[in-house]
Amino acid sequence: MTLHRTRFLSVGITAAVLSAALAACSSSSSPTGGSHAKSPVVIGASLSLTGDFSADGQAFERGYELWAKDQNAAGGLLGHKIVLKFLNDASSPTQAVANYQQLINVDHVTFTIGPFSSLLTGPSAQVAHRYGYALIEGAGGAPSVFATKLNNVFDVSLPVAASTLPLINWIASLPASKRPKTAAFPTSNDPFTQPQIQFAMARLTKLGVKAVYYKVFPEEPTQIKGIADQVAAKRADMVVLGSTAVPTVQGFTQAFIQAGYNPKIFLATAGPDQGAAYLKAVGHLNNDGVMVPNAWYGGSPNPQSKKMVAEYIAQYGGTASGVNADVAEAYSVGQVLTQAVNATRSLSNAKIIAYLHSAVTLSSVQGPVRFDSVGENLAATAFVFQWQKNNFLQVLPPGAGSAAVEYPKAPWGK
Amino acid sequence: MSQLPQAITDGILGGAVYALMAAGLTLIFGVMDIINIAQGILVVLAAYLSYALSVHLHIDPLLGLLITVPAMFAVGAAIEWAFMRRLRGRERTAMSLLVSYAVAVVIEGALYQVFGANDVAIQAPYVNSGVHVLGFDLPYIYLIGAGLAVVAFAAIYLLLYRTTFGRSVRATMQDKVAARLIGINVNRVAAITFGIGVGVTAAGGMVFGATNAFSPNSGYDLISRLLSIVILGGLGSIGGAAAAALFMVTAEEVVNIWQPVWATAVYYAVLVIVLLVRPVGIFGKPEARSS
Repeated sequence: MTLHRTRFLSVGITAAVLSAALAACSSSSSPTGGSHAKSPVVIGASLSLTGDFSADGQAFERGYELWAKDQNAAGGLLGHKIVLKFLNDASSPTQAVANYQQLINVDHVTFTIGPFSSLLTGPSAQVAHRYGYALIEGAGGAPSVFATKLNNVFDVSLPVAASTLPLINWIASLPASKRPKTAAFPTSNDPFTQPQIQFAMARLTKLGVKAVYYKVFPEEPTQIKGIADQVAAKRADMVVLGSTAVPTVQGFTQAFIQAGYNPKIFLATAGPDQGAAYLKAVGHLNNDGVMVPNAWYGGSPNPQSKKMVAEYIAQYGGTASGVNADVAEAYSVGQVLTQAVNATRSLSNAKIIAYLHSAVTLSSVQGPVRFDSVGENLAATAFVFQWQKNNFLQVLPPGAGSAAVEYPKAPWGK
Repeated sequence: MSQLPQAITDGILGGAVYALMAAGLTLIFGVMDIINIAQGILVVLAAYLSYALSVHLHIDPLLGLLITVPAMFAVGAAIEWAFMRRLRGRERTAMSLLVSYAVAVVIEGALYQVFGANDVAIQAPYVNSGVHVLGFDLPYIYLIGAGLAVVAFAAIYLLLYRTTFGRSVRATMQDKVAARLIGINVNRVAAITFGIGVGVTAAGGMVFGATNAFSPNSGYDLISRLLSIVILGGLGSIGGAAAAALFMVTAEEVVNIWQPVWATAVYYAVLVIVLLVRPVGIFGKPEARSS
């Protein structure tokens, strides 16, 4: 028995060493071409290049690099060549904090830009704030990010809490006889998803839609099927799923199909916006009618967006529908930083923070950007998109440029 | 309470898939005293092999096992020959953690290079369909997974207890030095055992990839769960791994009904309690072995 205890202790110590190794991060600098007489301006970000958010993190990396390439071709920032420095946080908030400390205190970057997800943006913003850095970011729209009222956070994307409002307004516009009668609200335990689901549930309940299911769950592979089976058993008319990534939506989709359950409306807060990555996971026959709220899509008529999408496809291939929305979020961060630097004629974080708080309206591939006192983008417009026959279409709010909502959603496998 | 029977059914079927993935891990430890941290990423590698055969060569994932099982066996035997055989001395088990972790990192990096970071899933006609029996939804892919688990465990049992090679394996498990003295080629036994341990992940990987969207990153979550399964069941115990896998997923499915956020915690709490009472796991053997 003693021998065994010794062996287990030995294994435990080694496992601890392994854990430390797991937390180690890699870094990469990305010179982006162009010749400039002035010293380069280094812009740093912690990105989830591995770990749970690696697909999003790598899409963010592409968006940042695309912006830097374009901006360097246009002369950089005030004539300084842009050099991007990325540190891998492995999707860990703790590592993201350490990365921003290194970027600021060791690498002495000129600017910091945001990581992926509200989960990492919140603590990262605290670090940037401590050292007087602005943190312009594209994927930290949860209320928890803004609740701390830091003056240095600027989210160029859509604030997430009310993202489902176009869908709710559309349901309210339907005759009572055509509205869904019941709804299920499963949500992952993430600051990005829970506010959206609670908002949707409260508003839909007021419209007379009965909430037949609400549960918070961790996005663990062993649990998703069980939760999805519970939802399927309720046979609700609509499902509003709080998801952060593709695997959760894939798990629910598969379980629904296996259980022979096809809700009239199926909206997921994230996952279906990841273009080709989403289609590969759920299959080309199992996406029709699935919705997702967001502020951007590959087919956006915004001229800046069209240019970015064309460049993206030229560099990476694919189609407009297949471009991940994360790319646009990252690209928008760079655009807002560019406009702030040009307007202030300065590389000073203090001046940029003051400028971005001046209620000025800026432009981005995602549309207009104007910040309130806590850094939320007041000018962002919420859209709801829907997959229809493998095309990712803007369907809500209804109006010019919007496709008709597929309601009820088509059966699975069609 | 009406959800309980379906949750237990889901737990048993899902647990069988995890048992399939854990079988190789515990077999390798049982024979070689090696904790193969790379087992998680090897499951993912097997899933990608099935995915690639399906997408690029249009080979049905189930039929593709005729290719992926021997391929993964070869990968396992190669890892044993290249890395594990060179580990010697008292710290061999602890060192195997580091070496197999390094192997895992290399495989993960290669998968990122070849397949990218985006999640994919294996598609087949039987993945999304199922049968409704006595009020239970039984997806075909989970029934296939359970069937493959039964076949794999039966095959391992027969191999260990009904063949000459099995006698060599068991002799090696009990005492490597004595096994050498009676003429057993311990290196050959180790290579074949490691190959078998990795080869069965081909079946587990196929089912895992058909029931979950996966990426090169999926190996980390898998290995933490597979390790907890073989530790609960008793390191080296094939039957223990099966029982622990069934318990883990069933416990999580049942707790899911009331408090999903506590499901994983409840399982790990049970694991801790069992280890406090019985440090070698439920079916682990307390006697020390000769190295």
